[in-house]
Amino acid sequence: MANRIPRVPMREQDPIERAGNFREVSHGYSPEEAYLEATRCLNCNNPRCVAACPVHIKIPEFIYQLTEHNEEGAYAIISQDNSLPSVCGRVCPQEKQCEGACILGIKGTPVACGSLERYVGDWAIAHQNELPKPEITRNGKKVALIGAGPASLACATDLAKFGYEVKVFEALHQLGGVLVYGIPEFRLPKESVVKKEVEWVKGLGVEFENDVIVGRTFTIDDLLDREGFDAVFIGSGAGLPKFMGIEGENLNGVFSANEYLTRANLMHAYDCEYDTPIYLGRKVVVVGGGNVAMDAVRTAKRLGAEAVIVYRRSENELPARAEEVHHAKQEGIIFKMLTNPVKILGNDEGKVVGIECVEMELGEPDASGRKRPVEKEGSEFIIDCDVVIMALGTSPNPLIKQTTSGLETNRHGCIVADENGCTSRPGVFAGGDIVTGAATVILAMGAGRKAAKAIHEYLSNGSESQT
Amino acid sequence: MFEIVTRRELAANIVEMKVKAPKVAASAHPGQFIIVRTDRYGERIPLTICDYDKNDGTVTIVTQSIGISTRKINSFQAGECFDDFAGPLGNPSDLTEMSADDLQKLRILFVAGGVGTAPVYPQVKWLRERGVVADVIIGAKTKDLFTYVAEMQSVANVYLCTDDGSEGFHGNVTALMTDLMANQGKRYDRCVIIGPMIMMKYAVLTAKEYNLPATVSLNSLMVDGTGMCGACRVTVGGETKFTCVDGPEFDGHKVDFNEAMRRQTMYKDNPKTNPETHKCNCHG
Repeated sequence: MANRIPRVPMREQDPIERAGNFREVSHGYSPEEAYLEATRCLNCNNPRCVAACPVHIKIPEFIYQLTEHNEEGAYAIISQDNSLPSVCGRVCPQEKQCEGACILGIKGTPVACGSLERYVGDWAIAHQNELPKPEITRNGKKVALIGAGPASLACATDLAKFGYEVKVFEALHQLGGVLVYGIPEFRLPKESVVKKEVEWVKGLGVEFENDVIVGRTFTIDDLLDREGFDAVFIGSGAGLPKFMGIEGENLNGVFSANEYLTRANLMHAYDCEYDTPIYLGRKVVVVGGGNVAMDAVRTAKRLGAEAVIVYRRSENELPARAEEVHHAKQEGIIFKMLTNPVKILGNDEGKVVGIECVEMELGEPDASGRKRPVEKEGSEFIIDCDVVIMALGTSPNPLIKQTTSGLETNRHGCIVADENGCTSRPGVFAGGDIVTGAATVILAMGAGRKAAKAIHEYLSNGSESQT
Repeated sequence: MFEIVTRRELAANIVEMKVKAPKVAASAHPGQFIIVRTDRYGERIPLTICDYDKNDGTVTIVTQSIGISTRKINSFQAGECFDDFAGPLGNPSDLTEMSADDLQKLRILFVAGGVGTAPVYPQVKWLRERGVVADVIIGAKTKDLFTYVAEMQSVANVYLCTDDGSEGFHGNVTALMTDLMANQGKRYDRCVIIGPMIMMKYAVLTAKEYNLPATVSLNSLMVDGTGMCGACRVTVGGETKFTCVDGPEFDGHKVDFNEAMRRQTMYKDNPKTNPETHKCNCHG
């Protein structure tokens, strides 16, 4: 019988203190806390959490192992479905997935599936050297993966286990993709988590090469025809940042969230030992309501600015993870909901001095099912600020499309692939944001794993199983 | 790691380096650029490719010491290695897509200023290899600041000018452009202008007076250089373009140079970019 105690809270850095540093917000469960939380799971016969998980991790089974104090057993169960538990435990939108479906959530609080997953992942990282390595028999076939983000890391792990010689090509100087350039240190530590996860993949014999821009340094055709690869997986990620197209967007002091976060995360601009500068503002307005917007606004706060979120819908529609919104509020981020920018104002030096916005109200539901925001006439007002950051999503980088023959893309420029990652070109597979448009780490990872399976079938049978 | 094979000072604060980067050399085209990162603390700095040798696997860059990062690049010696040297990036010059026949008919003027001279070289050399001898204006403040003159002379008709008259035509590149077209009866079908933003702005205005199509190569600020960050956005013909993926070459008559110059000053007051104020205190 499950323990009827309230959900065990995760210990966190004090909000005032953490708003001034880049260290991780949450400390993670201790073994005692993890055990206690694990005992809350009802171990349902028909586990709704598993159905709600994009990669169907056997959640009650791994949690049961924790009630037996068997971390290694828990890790073995998770790793059947997820190769990056420390990452996903930290960045998945659990409230919309596993925890949102948990039966305990109907009357009380759901089991902290995410925190427990993180606990198991972190345990595995700490015991990386003692864990049994899978026995790998090389089959002599070579697969090239493009981009070293979550989709490719997951794909590489499975392909290596199947016996393929795997090489991952990365354009940037670090490995991890969005895990290193996008998600900030205070949400996902780079050295202690991302780097370790990458090392684990390297330990399986996967090779990585940085500073290679596929489409420029060489093309996919080169990889297949000249470099001797038998198949290629494209996991090159989200791409070019979107802007609103309003007046003043090219003023000095207007940035894409991608630029702002890349400077802070990949280039360590917040650390004065590193050479890359970041534009410091007195008051920073971030436009958008997703995780990227939250990451940007909390980074601005940590760099000493008064930091404001401007979002055109209401708080209920914020696409960001609930925990990030909660943490942002604790840290003193100002939320201006139902507000939409109409133009950015500059001084005679071309520097940002404010942003003109209009108030919105929610009307009838739109195509996405959310209530459509409508401008309130005559409600224009100005927010004084010296930095504006646009966090409006991305559109695919056209480079691979332009340089690969016979690769079909849709009207948004995303590569067309079926649910197994098969593209219009035999031997070329794709998954993650380059196929779906900007989505989540777990979906990219899931797509990488499905593609690994499809690549294995293709190279074993010489045919792609179309579904 | 990417080894610096040779290093030579071309003029005060202007250094040429040949870097071992076989994959970049194998796929480089005139007009493209690379991103260099000196070490783990370094910025990602975009530099136009000044030459490449597919046989010995080297790529040549020329850097002028201006801020923290360009000084750091130039402090590296032959035998030392850069952590990163990624590329080639950006689109090759339009010229590389023209047929040999069309190129033969093309009367083309290159206008190079300051550290922009070296990036002109691979285009001119590429044309020379296809039997086209271009005219090239090289401008400098004074004769000591000339770079790549001998290299250029080996592949093109070179016209020199200096602001102080210490060598060649006395005047800046726009005055020499005017002199060639108005007084010396030169006729061109297009020009390619590479140099400091302010020089490109005025050279484009001069080209306009002669209805001369003008291509410019922009040296916008960048971070990743692959399209991800948008730091390099520039207004061309009223539309926002990214220099890294849509350029670096654009129709000079359509570029909003005032905005582009203003955006280059984005980090001018930032404590990190000023060698005098960039002192690290946060690690004791």
